[in-house]
Amino acid sequence: MKLDAVRKILNCRVITGADKLEEEVGVGCGADLMSDVLAFIKPSALLLTGLTNVQSVRTAEIAEVRAIVYVRGKLPDKDAIDLAREKGIVMLCTNLPMYESCGRLHQHGLPGGSELEGGLRDAERAPLLSTL
Amino acid sequence: MPNEPLFCQRFEIHGRDFVDAGKASITIKGILREIGIHPALIRRAAIASYEAEMNVVLYASKGTMELRITPKDILVSVEDEGPGIPDIELAMQEGYSTASDEIREMGFGAGMGLSNIKKNADAFDIHSVVGKGTTLDIRFRL
Repeated sequence: MKLDAVRKILNCRVITGADKLEEEVGVGCGADLMSDVLAFIKPSALLLTGLTNVQSVRTAEIAEVRAIVYVRGKLPDKDAIDLAREKGIVMLCTNLPMYESCGRLHQHGLPGGSELEGGLRDAERAPLLSTL
Repeated sequence: MPNEPLFCQRFEIHGRDFVDAGKASITIKGILREIGIHPALIRRAAIASYEAEMNVVLYASKGTMELRITPKDILVSVEDEGPGIPDIELAMQEGYSTASDEIREMGFGAGMGLSNIKKNADAFDIHSVVGKGTTLDIRFRL
């Protein structure tokens, strides 16, 4: 799913990486605990989180997260924004809460990590992705 | 010597320093990328280093992390001065955590750290003395 589609679906404000919205994410992960992100997230993922400190970006850089959506209208710290700019990580912000944000993206065909490991077949996912 | 280090760098880690926490691991990731290590291995090494670095920041008063690269492997060694781990077997279980609310507010303390280090490493050794500190040797084969 293109990041621009994520922006539209969640009605996001773009904080960093406005020039990278044509890039794709293949999987989503919603978590406020970075320990869980490090343990479970797949490469090139979209991270949805309510954690706004610089560790959200350091974790993203380490785990090769392509973009972060801050949910519940939260805005990242200045240090976090500066680091995201330096590392080329896209930051978006939505007023939607975590559950609804994840639900909307999943409804539009962005799979979760377990589905990439065999939960949802491509044939089932393709019609949803093609609507965007 | 076939396993003589080709590269060695040591990083100081300060307990409770949440501003710089993770910087050493990001530097390690940059070094591995620069010398052309396979991206999947870089990701594993970076995640394990970051987990280990955060453990020092969150639980110890101070520590060091050393990166050694030999023709055969990458070794990340972490040594801290801290409370130590009374029951390593228990601490290795996913979900077991002694983290405070403050640590959880920082986004850590889910009890996944040590098991995640082991999962990402090719070999993992841990030794701990209660009241003194903990040492980790995390090895990745090239």
